Amino acid sequence: MKENGNPYIPHITTVEDTWYETYGDRCIKTFKVVFDDEEVRESWGHRPGQCAMIGRLGVGESMISISCSPTEGKFLRFSVMRLGKVTRALHELEPGDKMTVRGPYGNSFPVDDWKGKKILTIGGGVGQAPLRPIIEYVRANLADYEELTTIYGARTSGDLCFKSEFEAFSKEGVKCHLSIDIEEEGWPHYVGFVPSLLMDVNPNPENTIAITCGPPVMINFVLQNLKKLNFSDEQIYTTLENRMKCGIGKCGRCNVGSQYICKDGPVFSYATLKKIPEAFA
Amino acid sequence: MYSMKLRKEKYDDFVAALGKQNLYAPQKKGETLVFAPVEAGSSIPEFLNTTVPPKNIVYPQTETLYCFQAGDTEMSLPEGDEEKVVFGIRPCDARAMALVDDLFSWDDDDPYYLEKRAKTTLVGLACNAPDNNCFCTSVGGGPASTEGLDVLLTDLGETFFLQVLTEKGEKLCQSLGELLEKAAEDDLKAVEKLHEEAEQKISRKIDTEGIPDKLMGLWDSELWAEISEPCLGCGICTYLCPTCYCFDIQDEVEGYDGRRCRMWDSCMFGEYTLHASGHNPRPTNRERTRNRVNHKYSYYVEKFGKIACVGCGRCINLCPVNIDILNILTKVKEAL
Repeated sequence: MKENGNPYIPHITTVEDTWYETYGDRCIKTFKVVFDDEEVRESWGHRPGQCAMIGRLGVGESMISISCSPTEGKFLRFSVMRLGKVTRALHELEPGDKMTVRGPYGNSFPVDDWKGKKILTIGGGVGQAPLRPIIEYVRANLADYEELTTIYGARTSGDLCFKSEFEAFSKEGVKCHLSIDIEEEGWPHYVGFVPSLLMDVNPNPENTIAITCGPPVMINFVLQNLKKLNFSDEQIYTTLENRMKCGIGKCGRCNVGSQYICKDGPVFSYATLKKIPEAFA
Repeated sequence: MYSMKLRKEKYDDFVAALGKQNLYAPQKKGETLVFAPVEAGSSIPEFLNTTVPPKNIVYPQTETLYCFQAGDTEMSLPEGDEEKVVFGIRPCDARAMALVDDLFSWDDDDPYYLEKRAKTTLVGLACNAPDNNCFCTSVGGGPASTEGLDVLLTDLGETFFLQVLTEKGEKLCQSLGELLEKAAEDDLKAVEKLHEEAEQKISRKIDTEGIPDKLMGLWDSELWAEISEPCLGCGICTYLCPTCYCFDIQDEVEGYDGRRCRMWDSCMFGEYTLHASGHNPRPTNRERTRNRVNHKYSYYVEKFGKIACVGCGRCINLCPVNIDILNILTKVKEAL
């Protein structure tokens, strides 16, 4: 059995930094990791929207979206919600600990096709994690895009991920719109659900690409509202998730219809998803 | 490529000659028919389809992907596989391997499967008398189909007629030396007649025309609830299906010795698609049955151009509540 080209063998990374994005029962912790092997560090090269299988030997692996853009440096970031066996074990990792990573998997946002366009991201909760790399990528190449707008909301201000980053974004000319579902003292931004904030922002669909990710209920209403705002199906993108084991289209379980999320996805245009009845199951 | 003959009385010598190469053949273990290593002195297998398909020879029910020591990051691969010869595999099971080859070599090669497959020589045995629930001819196969096989044998009573089909098959036959005899022209005629007769004996049939293209149109049909109503979710239809390949990956640690392994899984189990959040995109047997049928008769056709069913009849024979894929397909045809 050859080791080279064995897609199941993960790379070893070292956790460089960790911090909590949110607290509570389903807390979200971000991990910044660096490949131990210098060659892998140099050749890795993921694209915004892709995922990786991260894990711990002896516990298992989970498919997690890479929440940083390659433009940020030779490291990877993952924002992980503590939920099951593997994510609980991952949450125990602290700086200096080892994490296994294999990938990158799946397709990515077609950032080259979108050059010259206005980019609008609409996120909810931990759904902002797969959107963060596209925001960072466009931010790093802002001259190539007409405009960058980000709409992001969560239940409470404590449930918002990457909070500290939005202030810097605004100063650079990124249009940031934040919301929380329930009124809080001292909250200066919108109060209400993300789909309502979208209507309030009222983006012009002309030359715009809208990318949304969040809880299924939010996505459904965002899609309806984007249609009300006259976005065409081809202008709307989302990323999907499902339980995964292999990451390379073999273990079988992540399919929506004939499409494997790990391989044909996770990025799909609404035009494609409309043809797959299982896509929003 | 060419044809030879093997006298049945020489089976012992045949086993001895192949002994070094790990010879597998159908055998009865308790109540179950399985492919298992042949021991010297065992008789010629006279079975139709085994209960457990021979897929486990190239795709074990559980296999180690790599080993590690608890707390360490060094990973070591399992030892390489030995050459194997599978004697008496039925044409449907060999076709199943050829079908699954496409999946395991799709973009990313699966080294575990492909290495075992490359080191396995398939000596098939044509079915002279197909079983009641065999329907291979409806899904592109036949009782003497050669797809996936290296050698095809046909039982002529006193002898086996050998058709050498691939280089691997040729190598095997050459290693048998004088055990094989030249076949006569009359033998070939007899073989062709047997193959034709066998095909006539297949009683269960369905015309699959239109199913792959139109199956998705029945997504919201009532028929999925009706079909899956008696289903117990036991998963036998997928575990013992020669074309089912879905797997789970799990870690095992005993003391300091750890291994990551993969094992057969089934789309008929609820946990298969269960998210950590508790959400399940296929929450009941209705969605799971629909996925199983769609995968075989629509999705696989879209991805690889072939129906992922070889008509072996195992899912019909072994289902504890008599769910019958041909009845499902008949209902599908009516609803199209």
